[in-house]
Amino acid sequence: MSLLKLIKQKLRDSKSCNSANLAKERLQIIVAHQRNLQRPGKIDLDDLQMKLVEVISSYLHIDKGLVNVELQRDADRSLLELNVTLPEQI
Amino acid sequence: MAKIIVVTSGKGGVGKTTTSAAFGTGLALKGYKTVIVDFDVGLRNLDLIMGCERRVVYDFVNVINGEARLSQALIKDKRVENLSILPASQTRDKDALTQEGVEKILEDLKQDFDYIICDSPAGIERGAFMAMYFADEAIVVTNPEVSSVRDSDRILGLLASKTKRVQEGLSPPKEHLVITRYSPKRVAAGDMISIETVQEILAISLLGVIPESQAVLRASNSGIPVVIDEKSDAGQAYMDTVLRFLGENIPYRFITEEKKGLIKRLFGSKSNTEAVLA
Ligand SMILES: Nc1ncnc2c1ncn2[C@@H]1O[C@H](COP(=O)(O)OP(=O)(O)O)[C@@H](O)[C@H]1O
Ligand SMILES: [Mg+2]
Repeated sequence: MSLLKLIKQKLRDSKSCNSANLAKERLQIIVAHQRNLQRPGKIDLDDLQMKLVEVISSYLHIDKGLVNVELQRDADRSLLELNVTLPEQI
Repeated sequence: MAKIIVVTSGKGGVGKTTTSAAFGTGLALKGYKTVIVDFDVGLRNLDLIMGCERRVVYDFVNVINGEARLSQALIKDKRVENLSILPASQTRDKDALTQEGVEKILEDLKQDFDYIICDSPAGIERGAFMAMYFADEAIVVTNPEVSSVRDSDRILGLLASKTKRVQEGLSPPKEHLVITRYSPKRVAAGDMISIETVQEILAISLLGVIPESQAVLRASNSGIPVVIDEKSDAGQAYMDTVLRFLGENIPYRFITEEKKGLIKRLFGSKSNTEAVLA
């Protein structure tokens, strides 16, 4: 085996170049995320937004297009963000 | 009781049709009356893999539309007894498969066959849904590769929620993992994810591992399912898969790198590295 070949092989064998490990780590994250979305009882944000608009409209005059609901998730917490742009004077 | 088995994957080109043809043929070789149904409307190719493309007169959709009887559309395999094929239609109409139509045909097939193998199209749309909806068991075909494993996981989610069994309050279809195009050499080099990793992520029971093999292209070139090529690694791996499915305890082959020693290299020994999965 030539020296160059030997070096190449060593490089390939070293953990840092192991693309299979990288694939495994990525898959673990992707699949966890996917299962979160698929879980029965997952939140239907469109439906939630519609109902929130309904409730808020019965108290305030709002532009329905200016209501925004977003759900952010990371490893240890979820944040439900509701943004309503109100008209100038209430 | 007849069993409906869907061969599915989400991703295209991973080996569903190859597996449907090999697995179905293997069951027939073992004496079970088996029919393989092509659900890939518009892109039928099971007939090509089985080598019966010139005998297709009527198809699945003709039967649903009442233009032909089921017995007219079924093609009896010329090589293997007990084996039939129901070809898909080449129509572009994706809605050609109605749920009632599919159910009726599957019910009729149940009268005459022990196993009904449904070769699913790729994707998670109507065709794939139709192929899996009535299944009693599922073979999930996965390549050791990120996008294939991801898609298989999605399919598992659908099997657990969108099938008739589940909607009727029964347990979901029994899921079996078949890993195809596996290359022990690349796994050893750290370039391919291992069987253990795929299993760990998908968390379903393993039924078979089919190596990346020249024999598969050879088989499809000649229109003979690879399982008939008894000397080939892929053919043997598929037969092992069938036997495991039938309850036999068969060790896994072709899953570790074959180290060619000088003697093997000179005399080309045929023996393959055998191993039992823990
Ligand atoms: N074990 C294997 N080794 C080598 N090539 C394979 C193997 N399994 C499948 N292939 C090839 O992969 C391609 C896609 O296979 P196919 O069964 O048509 O996939 P699908 O039905 O999932 O789209 C074909 O060209 C086939 O020959
Ligand atoms: Mg196919």
